[in-house]
Amino acid sequence: MLRAEGITIGTRLRDVSTAIEPACITAICGPNGAGKSTLLQVLAGLLRPEAGRVMLEGEALDTLHPRERAKAIGYLPQDAEIAWDVAVRSLVALGRLPHRDRGNAQVEAALAALDLEALAERPVSQLSGGERARALLARVIAGDPRWILADEPFAALDLAHQARLLAQLAAQAASGAGVVVVVHDLALAMNHAQRVVVLDRGRVVADSAPAAALTPDLLRAVWQVDAEWIGKPGRRALVTR
Amino acid sequence: MTRATLILLGLIAVAFPLSLLAGRVWIDPASTPNAALILAELRLPRSVLALVIGAGLGAAGAAMQGYLRNPLADPGLFGIAPGAALGAVASFWLGYAASAWALPLMALIGAGGAMALLALIAGRTANGPKGIALFTLAGLMIASLAGTLTSLAISMAPNAFAMSEIVGWLMGALTDRSWCDVGVAAPLTLAGIGLLALLGRDLDALILGDSAARSLGMDERRVLWMLIGGIGLTVGSGVAVAGIIGFVGLIVPHLVRPLTDRRPSQLLLPSALAGALLVLVADSVVRVLPLVTELRLGIALSLIGAPFFLWLLLRMRRGLA
Repeated sequence: MLRAEGITIGTRLRDVSTAIEPACITAICGPNGAGKSTLLQVLAGLLRPEAGRVMLEGEALDTLHPRERAKAIGYLPQDAEIAWDVAVRSLVALGRLPHRDRGNAQVEAALAALDLEALAERPVSQLSGGERARALLARVIAGDPRWILADEPFAALDLAHQARLLAQLAAQAASGAGVVVVVHDLALAMNHAQRVVVLDRGRVVADSAPAAALTPDLLRAVWQVDAEWIGKPGRRALVTR
Repeated sequence: MTRATLILLGLIAVAFPLSLLAGRVWIDPASTPNAALILAELRLPRSVLALVIGAGLGAAGAAMQGYLRNPLADPGLFGIAPGAALGAVASFWLGYAASAWALPLMALIGAGGAMALLALIAGRTANGPKGIALFTLAGLMIASLAGTLTSLAISMAPNAFAMSEIVGWLMGALTDRSWCDVGVAAPLTLAGIGLLALLGRDLDALILGDSAARSLGMDERRVLWMLIGGIGLTVGSGVAVAGIIGFVGLIVPHLVRPLTDRRPSQLLLPSALAGALLVLVADSVVRVLPLVTELRLGIALSLIGAPFFLWLLLRMRRGLA
């Protein structure tokens, strides 16, 4: 369990509490400026809250050695940068840094999982947007984290690449990892997450199964849109009126 | 040992003996009178010093580029070496120069201080055009401020001789250096390279940017202090004995990068070796050039380095660097 307890950071997050479960996908949703990325960074141990604390499997996150924390939690930032033109394999191998080993087996497995074997020796500057996103996720997966926190991993991807990345995250969840994604696409959260945490101006306004969280009433209150869900469960689409 | 390391070690093994023989007078150990004396007391310390200072500047450049994620970073150009020079000139003024360790110490503090200031202003910004612009401007301002304060100190020098001494030393040269200078620079530089070498993993993590690097377990404060210490030691000790020698830290990582897999950790040692080679060769060439007075090493390297920098800028504009 990855648990936030009464997290407060200025006005960005106000008394936020939530418990992230392993082996499922949790989506964090909310309008721009709601504090989604801030909450993700707090959960990843990258931002220290002014009040409250994060508990990782029963231990306070800020008492853990950074390397131990890094082995447990893989974090994929938004607009992830890649500073030097390294080969895909070298990039993915960076996921092994907290383990201080080469982890060849894990690196190869991560490359295979994201269908990157053919691109392993290619410099990252020659990748398409979709390939780049896959390589960055492979980097996280190569570290074998028990928790994967990804900040808008689907933002720059077309439909096909979204679906592939999503399938991969679902596979990670199925193998026991707790997956947390910040997403703007509410249909994606509705159809593919098992839990949705909705933030509005730094507060949690919903925290439950997607159908119970993303109700038309809540959409109106938080996003100020009149919208309704159509389609069958698992294949819902959101239409605005 | 990597391919790059082996190639560079081989080249140094060839260049080092040649540099001992090269000079205004080519030495033939068999026939030149006093050859042993000239070699042991003049040429050998000079060549060793070239290796030491070049290695320090190369490693410092590689570490700086890795930390700032900026291919234009150079300790000489962006305020670190000018900071060291300011420290050294200040030690003249404070009357500490008489003691053998005060000047290097002040140079180390100056270099470390400039690095700290630069990291404070530009270190945490993202990669990309904005980050590079901020870093470049901050670096140039620090260099300009340190340069101005140094000029102020020089203009108020007690006598013309002191003034010309300082100015000459600032231009950067390895002329007439002794084993005593090697004794000061070598241990400090090696300690600095050692510190920087310990940063390899963290610099690799920084490929992914600041927040991802921290999520991989990088302790940002430890990294910053070690970087300040390492750059202070390598650049500060270099400036203390040889004045400002620019562009080595800029050029060398670019030459070495294609021989490696481009991870900063793989670049540190080869950059140190390539820096050693570059300064050794450049210092040999300035000795051999048929000029009335010997071309200053610092000036010679700037003559190579500035066009290189422009070429790099053009490449970056086309999105290649």
